[in-house]
Amino acid sequence: MVDKRPENPGGDTHGLDQVVITTKLNPFIKALKEAGQKTAAWARRSSLFPYTFGTACCGIELMAYMASYTDAARFGAEVVRFSPRQADCMIVAGTITDKQVPILKMIYDQMLEPKYVISMGVCACTGGFYRAYHVVQGIDEFIPVDVYVAGCPPAPESLLYGLMRLQERIDKEGADFNTRERLKQRMAEVDARPKDLG
Amino acid sequence: MDGEPITIRKLRERFGGEVLDVQRRPGDDAVTLKRGRIPDIARFLRDDPELRYGYLMDICGVDYLDLEIQPRFAVIYHLYSLEHGHRIRLKVPLDETDAELDSVVPVWDGANWFEREAFDMFGIKFRGHPFLRRILTHHQFVGHPLRKDYDHGKRQLCTEVWDLEFE
Amino acid sequence: MNNLGYCHAIEEWMGIDIPPRAQALRVFFNEMHRILDHCVCLGPGLVDLGALTNLWYLFNIRELGYELIENACGSRLTTSYLRVGGLTRDVPSDFYKKAKTFLKESPKNLTDVRRLIERNRIFVERTRDIGVVSKEDAMAWGYTGPCARASGINYDVRKVRPYSGYENYEFDVPLGDRGDAHDRYMVRIEEMVQSLRIMQQVLDNLPEGAASTDDPRAFIPPKHETYDNIEALMNHFKLIYEGIRVPKGDWYSFTEAANGELGFYCVSDGSGNPYRVKVRPPCFAICQSIEKIAVGHMIPGPDGDRRKLMNIIAGELDR
Repeated sequence: MVDKRPENPGGDTHGLDQVVITTKLNPFIKALKEAGQKTAAWARRSSLFPYTFGTACCGIELMAYMASYTDAARFGAEVVRFSPRQADCMIVAGTITDKQVPILKMIYDQMLEPKYVISMGVCACTGGFYRAYHVVQGIDEFIPVDVYVAGCPPAPESLLYGLMRLQERIDKEGADFNTRERLKQRMAEVDARPKDLG
Repeated sequence: MDGEPITIRKLRERFGGEVLDVQRRPGDDAVTLKRGRIPDIARFLRDDPELRYGYLMDICGVDYLDLEIQPRFAVIYHLYSLEHGHRIRLKVPLDETDAELDSVVPVWDGANWFEREAFDMFGIKFRGHPFLRRILTHHQFVGHPLRKDYDHGKRQLCTEVWDLEFE
Repeated sequence: MNNLGYCHAIEEWMGIDIPPRAQALRVFFNEMHRILDHCVCLGPGLVDLGALTNLWYLFNIRELGYELIENACGSRLTTSYLRVGGLTRDVPSDFYKKAKTFLKESPKNLTDVRRLIERNRIFVERTRDIGVVSKEDAMAWGYTGPCARASGINYDVRKVRPYSGYENYEFDVPLGDRGDAHDRYMVRIEEMVQSLRIMQQVLDNLPEGAASTDDPRAFIPPKHETYDNIEALMNHFKLIYEGIRVPKGDWYSFTEAANGELGFYCVSDGSGNPYRVKVRPPCFAICQSIEKIAVGHMIPGPDGDRRKLMNIIAGELDR
């Protein structure tokens, strides 16, 4: 899908980066910037809004993960948004068929950056035991995935662990404000990947 | 009682020319029929006071290619009568060259999606179906995946989104 | 529960007898899964109506059930405890204790939900006379299970053609009279109560004995016999390499799953693999009627109140 937003003629669209460029040599500002990045990463990490793309039995375990025993709210990731515009972490839970790929891709494109994808269950990760005419052999054929959670279906605890790994990853990235460039790169990688058409 | 279940007896009386074969097993009787008058037979089975097959449980297609049975396809109907507790299975064999028969959607509304599924998976055409289009596979799909000569590992990509006004 | 349908189909065709203990345990787990399924139907259904708390209560029941089934077979959701001819193994030693906890704790959670919901004006007004399906329509569309019973169709496979020894247990089949979303909710709740009743009966007179048949056609012999006995070894090999050889023919077998009649139409060519298996999923028939009954309602109507209370399962549609 083509990004239809107008390009900023000034080059970089993100204000904070411009601030950084102009004050590159000032150590105080540099420290401030680092603190700001850390804060932003912390904020991103602790308030992931999941968009649940549940299609099969993993969707049921996804509900269990939100519900009372393994409470996802402890990690700040319980506010389920049913609109991709408000979410930043897509949890793909369940088998994705070829018919669903365009929908999945469209929803992924509609999400705002920074966006993350957790692929839950073997069906979403690799196609699972469906080596058949209708099932995508891993959603990473079409969209970039950050965390793979194996299992059929994974226990809610594994999904929680996957969430924690995603948080670690966000921490490590820091507040990388140039997400669009990186995303373009990752999408190009994904597009170049060979598709397993059987 | 001559031992023959009432459904089969009545079918023989009324549509004697249509009945090709009868398979008898307690609780799991099957009648093989010609394809010509399926909607009439269906209406008769539903409306006859002694039969009253109100439920159409299932419609499915079978491809007998590997079993080497001729004709190649069959459409199978499972009916259930709530009032009398009868069950019957209707089999309609179909040739490969013109796999077509009349739809039973006018008789049972519930036949709609089951017929679409049989069409999608086997390419059996149901004449008079209100909306005979692929239901499980996508619109760019070529071929019918549950036919035994379809390579079951072969995937086909769907590249564009279908308008959401249908389905 | 779906395992039961398939195993039942094969056993019925091959004429394999199941020992009473396996039968009773099958009924126990079947009814437990019925409760778990209704929880998953009602919980998110009520969330769509804005009643979030009930999800927590209902998932408490689910977690208790998960614990039981995880102990017995090792997985939580996609369980495979049943085999053709019985169960994989007998229940573990702490089964009784856990089962008693389940039977004691679930009614509490259920009562909490009922007290929150049933006299709640918002809930009643949003479900009463919404999505009415008449008896005739329900039959024409092929409704079975709780949705059909909410419309007043007295059809339950467990009563009409008992399998797995359901004729030995006492339970009632709840029926609705209006066929609206509220009736569907009430029928489901009442079925959960009845399922608990059946489970209690199973637990009270659980027979002793083997957990699987010793029919050589279907069941792998115990390990020590495989080592000591050449016949058992060959049988083991045959079953592992070729699968269970089912006689030629075609047949239709059906059980009462949580949503209605789950039918299996099988064609066998006499080998270890089925030639064709067609599953008759209850939701497929129900889902196709939404288009018709949603006409003239607001969007939250069809979506929240009706779709969920009809319990449409995507996995059954997308096959």
